[in-house]
Amino acid sequence: MYSQALNTPTTLADTSEAATGFQARIDAEDRIEPNDWMPDAYRRTLVRQISQHAHSEIVGMLPEGNWITRAPSLRRKAALLAKVQDEGGHGLYLYAAAETLGVSREELVEQLLTGRAKYSSIFNYPTLTWADIGAIGWLVDGAAIMNQIPLCRCSFGPYARAMIRICREESFHQRQGYEIMLTLARGTPEQKAMAQDALDRWWWPCLMMFGPPDTQSQHSDASMHWKIKRFTNDALRQKFVDATVPQGHYLGLTFPDPELRFDEASGHWAFGEIDWAEFRRVLAGDGPCNRERLAARRRAHEDGAWVREAALAYAAKQHAAPPRAEAA
Amino acid sequence: MRMADAPTPLWEVFIRSRNGLAHKHVGSVHAADATMALQAARDVYTRRGEGLSIWVVPSNAITASDPADRDTLFEPTGSKIYRHPTFYEVPDEVGNM
Repeated sequence: MYSQALNTPTTLADTSEAATGFQARIDAEDRIEPNDWMPDAYRRTLVRQISQHAHSEIVGMLPEGNWITRAPSLRRKAALLAKVQDEGGHGLYLYAAAETLGVSREELVEQLLTGRAKYSSIFNYPTLTWADIGAIGWLVDGAAIMNQIPLCRCSFGPYARAMIRICREESFHQRQGYEIMLTLARGTPEQKAMAQDALDRWWWPCLMMFGPPDTQSQHSDASMHWKIKRFTNDALRQKFVDATVPQGHYLGLTFPDPELRFDEASGHWAFGEIDWAEFRRVLAGDGPCNRERLAARRRAHEDGAWVREAALAYAAKQHAAPPRAEAA
Repeated sequence: MRMADAPTPLWEVFIRSRNGLAHKHVGSVHAADATMALQAARDVYTRRGEGLSIWVVPSNAITASDPADRDTLFEPTGSKIYRHPTFYEVPDEVGNM
């Protein structure tokens, strides 16, 4: 559900025959498969991006899981449970795609648990009220979908195929979130205020999900060149704002941005300055929930250790058991 | 420093979506044994009634062709256009054939 532009710079200086042939395939919209030749930097970029994406799905289960037991009705509870299960499934599709590049699942999990790997900054914010579940579905999943639709055409086959599956499953996520917001916005004044408060708190962190502005990020160049990315961070962010602002107005809510206005000339919604210092702070580990999220993942992993060990021991025992018929 | 866990075996998952269609590769799962692999495949790949039947196959049991051999493997069919129905001329008056 949640990818974030966290690319790091890579060099495209390789002019070998293999590298030129590889780029020709990319330019011809050919898909690269795991056993094909690829530049090391392409492989590294993909392992990092796909595993960050997978980690984001897994950590993303935590803020929403927080409200499963307190959902206001059985209908909402069943939907939220299904959504959180989907996020777990999406994490698994993505880990599997990353593993085709030669990195093991155990290694990837280890990178997350030791804090070496990053995940989307958005999950380091707390879910304080039920309205946050609405805001996450509507805004966070909405931003994620904006990011992920172009990834369905990513040059690396396994990643593109995982994204197609994820996008197909994800449209319910955004709709269930918007429905929660709509119900609250049409409810009592207190419920509407709760929806407004959630929008106020989630709006800016959602805009940050698209990553640093193009002017500060030379990083997307290689990813664009390799057709891992199809649009720049700012282009996707603008698409998201244009799609989302009318939806918020339909709810009768206001956005926490005094500079937000429709620009007739460009046909786009213009918005104010994003607090990039906050983005960097949260990404560096100093958001409201970073420590809590990692602690929860570590606890879950450690609490499950005996299950994994027992399953492997049982499988080894079954494998070693002599055939019974030969006893006579 | 934490140590990474022992690796759990990898399985490829194939699902038959409707009666009459072949099982199709959909992805992979990690599981200690075949029974758990089937259960994991059910949970991960059929949350919306996608399948009527699942196969799980140990990934290391699959023998694959080398992409580098693509040309020599598949080139021989390139020149055999007479294997396609459109190679043969049938007058329009004969109707559909």
